[in-house]
Amino acid sequence: MSTTVSRIGRTRRWPIVGDPVYEGTRIPARVPTVLDIPPHLRDVDDILQVNFGPNHPSTHGVLRLIVDLDGEEVVGLSAVIGYLHTGFEKNMEQKTWWKAITYPERIDYVGYQNNELVFVLAIEKLLELEIPEKATWMRMLLCELNRIHSHLVFLGTSALELGAISMFWYCFRERETILDLFELVAGQRMHTRYFQTGGIAEDIPGGFFPEARAFVEWMPRALDDYLTLLDRNKIWLERTRGIGRLSADDAIALGQTGPVLRASGVDWDLRRDQPYLAYEQVDFRIPVYTGGDVYDRYRVRMDEMAESVKIARQCLDRLERMEGEPWIADDRKVVLPPREELHTSMESLIHHFKIVTEGYRIPAGEVYVAVESPRGEAGCYVVSDGGPKPWRVHFRSPSFNALQATATCSQGALIADLIAIVGSLDAVMGDTDR
Amino acid sequence: MSEFAKVPGQVETKEAFGETTVVVDRGQIREACAYARDELGFTMLLDIVAADYLHWAGKGVSGYIGTPTGRDLNLPMTQGLQALPEPKPARFSLSYHLLALRQGAPRLRLQCWLEDGDEIASVVSVWPSADWLEREQYDLMGVRFQGHPNLARLLMDDDWEGHPLRKDYPIGGEPVRFSPAE
Repeated sequence: MSTTVSRIGRTRRWPIVGDPVYEGTRIPARVPTVLDIPPHLRDVDDILQVNFGPNHPSTHGVLRLIVDLDGEEVVGLSAVIGYLHTGFEKNMEQKTWWKAITYPERIDYVGYQNNELVFVLAIEKLLELEIPEKATWMRMLLCELNRIHSHLVFLGTSALELGAISMFWYCFRERETILDLFELVAGQRMHTRYFQTGGIAEDIPGGFFPEARAFVEWMPRALDDYLTLLDRNKIWLERTRGIGRLSADDAIALGQTGPVLRASGVDWDLRRDQPYLAYEQVDFRIPVYTGGDVYDRYRVRMDEMAESVKIARQCLDRLERMEGEPWIADDRKVVLPPREELHTSMESLIHHFKIVTEGYRIPAGEVYVAVESPRGEAGCYVVSDGGPKPWRVHFRSPSFNALQATATCSQGALIADLIAIVGSLDAVMGDTDR
Repeated sequence: MSEFAKVPGQVETKEAFGETTVVVDRGQIREACAYARDELGFTMLLDIVAADYLHWAGKGVSGYIGTPTGRDLNLPMTQGLQALPEPKPARFSLSYHLLALRQGAPRLRLQCWLEDGDEIASVVSVWPSADWLEREQYDLMGVRFQGHPNLARLLMDDDWEGHPLRKDYPIGGEPVRFSPAE
């Protein structure tokens, strides 16, 4: 069967009756996420079963892999997840919409700002609420800073696992600056709860812009440093090039999104293809590589950081001219009244009291909203019955779907490559298990 | 609209909040998914999600009100609503979120309705990505997928009892064990 690669996606027919396997696929035939030991090795005594994780420093959290080894080669693999299942979705059903906003950030605790955004956008879609321009641009700025933060964590830890310890310190140096920026804006380094239904929780504080400017001016130089350290490093190249291959068709069939999909040659990014916030108004490029290996996933993320810096700079240009503009919608049924009004206005006091105790009500309906988080498509499906609590909340987690590709990527890999492969899929276990 | 009329088992097509939902007869979900993939170009299955509508639109309470068996926070907070929401055709909805990788990023939601204990065909043979997605919904919501190659619990322990995301899963406080009457 021939493959045709178009700029955006492709259509192709698979045999639908019987097995899911089409020609040229590396997806395991019986169960797509389980690599079975091939028949000629089943009776061999030398097959060693290794329990890798759940508490292993290189699994990025509590991921357990049961690996069958023939010498050093991986011949069987299945992933066990759920060690970090915390029942966020059930918990959110018991909270009012207003209180539930704190939860999504803790689901994907590395790409927290994007996860918070998707839930807030879902609420606003049900409410059909317009948000002020200043809030839109500030949300975009923080999401891009968060993307850089997330890719830095990926880069630092992946390099650390392959022995390049100094990368970790360099990456965490810049990460620290980003966290300081978040602290300056929201008072919290992570899990800011800064996005509020209708806008952002507080106005942008004085002193933020010079700090943020300094960061976006500095970051391209830091990226050059990383490239100097890694990109001509022979060990890094040999341990990442050609490892953990995933073809474009397999990536689509396995529901891969984000950098993993783009490293496999599919030119797809929701920021351009389904613009939300104000992404239509900024200028940026979508990096796409065609190798589908660990190296290309690393390159995609490196290039994305440079693009995020570009977007952040354009956001700052806009935001600096918006001094004094409103940062949250003027809808007293869902937005807390200004603090000073509580002393003078009876209505404000009542609104404040009702929103905080009972919560606001959201029209009945179901929506699915998706954003491009650092890991790919973060989706949020919510059902409202018209009351103050969500009826059902579900997160489409990019990490969960990325880990489904572990078995496909690990075919024929060595045990040492497995660490590079799992790292390159960049799964956050909180996001996987929810 | 008309492009969805030919989806196998199509019951109705709805538009709400800019999203298209095609309700499909649960006996034909596999054919409907294959049709959406091959004829309509929805090449990617992003998500499968079930929702439990037990007590939906029922008389609810506002706030946290205790009962002799504890506080049931699963009940809706419908007190004071101007209008109750429309009743649903069955207890569980099962939604398949599809995406077409082309200009405009068209999305489609295929939706089936099930009662407790109903089985539905697995779509792992249409999209390999359905593997864990179906296992998760089986684990947390108790929807059984016929023909899934490995339908085991995914997030909860293997010996866990019950399906935590159901609305009759006990939650919200411990029953009072020693009351004055005992």
